[in-house]
Amino acid sequence: MSTAVAVSDLRKSYGDVEALRGVSFEIAAGEIFGLLGPNGAGKTTTVEILEGYRERDGGSVTVLGEDPAEAGGAWRERIGVVLQSSSLYETLTVTEHLMLFAGFYEQPRQVGEVVELVGLEEKRDSRVRTLSGGQRRRLDLGLALVGDPELVFLDEPTTGFDPEARRRAWDTIGGLRQLGKTILLTTHYLDEAERLSDRVAVVRDGEIVAIGPPTELTAELPATEIRFRRDGEEIVLQTEEPTRVLHELAAEALAAGRELEGLEVKRASLEDVYLALTAREQK
Amino acid sequence: MRLLLHELKGELRLYTRSRELAFFTFMLPIIFFVLLGSVYGDEDVINGYRGPDYLLTGMIGYGVAATAFSGLAIVLVIRRESGVLKRLRATPLPAPVYIAAVLLTTLIAFAVEAIVLVALAMVLFDAEFPNSLPSTIAAILLGSVAFALLGIGVSGLVRRAEGASAVITALYLPLSFISGAFFSQQHFPEWLKTIADVLPLTHFIDLLGAVMLGGLSIWDRPQDVAVIAAWGIFGVLLASRYFRWVPLEG
Repeated sequence: MSTAVAVSDLRKSYGDVEALRGVSFEIAAGEIFGLLGPNGAGKTTTVEILEGYRERDGGSVTVLGEDPAEAGGAWRERIGVVLQSSSLYETLTVTEHLMLFAGFYEQPRQVGEVVELVGLEEKRDSRVRTLSGGQRRRLDLGLALVGDPELVFLDEPTTGFDPEARRRAWDTIGGLRQLGKTILLTTHYLDEAERLSDRVAVVRDGEIVAIGPPTELTAELPATEIRFRRDGEEIVLQTEEPTRVLHELAAEALAAGRELEGLEVKRASLEDVYLALTAREQK
Repeated sequence: MRLLLHELKGELRLYTRSRELAFFTFMLPIIFFVLLGSVYGDEDVINGYRGPDYLLTGMIGYGVAATAFSGLAIVLVIRRESGVLKRLRATPLPAPVYIAAVLLTTLIAFAVEAIVLVALAMVLFDAEFPNSLPSTIAAILLGSVAFALLGIGVSGLVRRAEGASAVITALYLPLSFISGAFFSQQHFPEWLKTIADVLPLTHFIDLLGAVMLGGLSIWDRPQDVAVIAAWGIFGVLLASRYFRWVPLEG
């Protein structure tokens, strides 16, 4: 499979602060790649260098075969961008806004089709200023798709959504997979990265601390966590051998005629990986 | 060219949709003209012109400051801080095409305003049709381009969208007064006259009076043309130094 994005030893400083300290990753064409990390980890800096907004201090970046710092209009035909904050003309209607942007591209998608793709059928003739936060975000996504790009950048596309709106957005973004789009997604929601991405890179303090498919990342942690209460005190065990540990715990409890109160057995999630990786060393 | 027309259409739609722009930058000069025009009588003579005629040149001058300078600067600050300009940079729309469409929209809006003002002057205050029409058009074109360029330049100096309107009004309203848009400068103290003499709007109103009322050619007033053009170039320099596509974070 061909490579859509290649980043090698990317570096960027703001004054004395090193925002990116040698970030490297590749994204294959057709892949959904998640950049996951806390605020200030360097996600947006990375994405904005790839989009051509920011200049890098070091390293090499290739996006769709070109260096974004020097790419021109022909390259912009092939990318779609959703910025971290919604950026729309308030006084246009949804359809007018999409038509305005469609006109910037050589071969745009049908505006009606985009409206359906992002689920704004009922709002197509409403002015942007009357849209809810979630609807605005969907229009942002529509504007990113109207040029029929190969590669779409989504910078925190669901931040501030309620759970229902987030689920709808996931369905839409998941639907882009069928269109064969390559997607670079940044998020600080673990469930979002786990749900949508083929591969995830966890970023912390300007460095990638883990990279791989969500299932592989979770496999690196002790597989299972067992929780229960004894004398009102919560006990947490992490184990590679849940069967044996559970058996022993149960035997012990039975022998003592006690109950394993509040017993919970849970596989490690991406959240655990993330917390383990992003937790700063505590002294 | 297709792109320019497409973007121009979009810009014109955005312009007509903005109530704030329509009122403060487009309607206000017209309202002031009707109100003040009723105050000046035929017997009032200002700078050698009939009162209402002088006021017409003053209000076209105020209009150019309001529409081309203030309106454009405010719109650009709002678009920059809301992230729209940044978003546009990620599309294939070339920056020069965008700027050209924005400039053309401003010229069209101001041309309509000037025509309305002249028509009102003729209907309400018995003004004559502009004496030298080609030179009048040339003067209006020169003024609107120069003030629009200043507007683009100044937008880069305004940091926040909140208050952009207030900051820019604080610039252009005193400018309009000092430049004699509302009344004659003849009773100004010397120091104020000195300031007024270097301002572009003073020269624009003078030039307009000379060609529109006096029937002179624009080339009979090279000094006015030079000062207005110089301010336009100053706008370009400001823009090349301070204009930004991305919001000024924080």
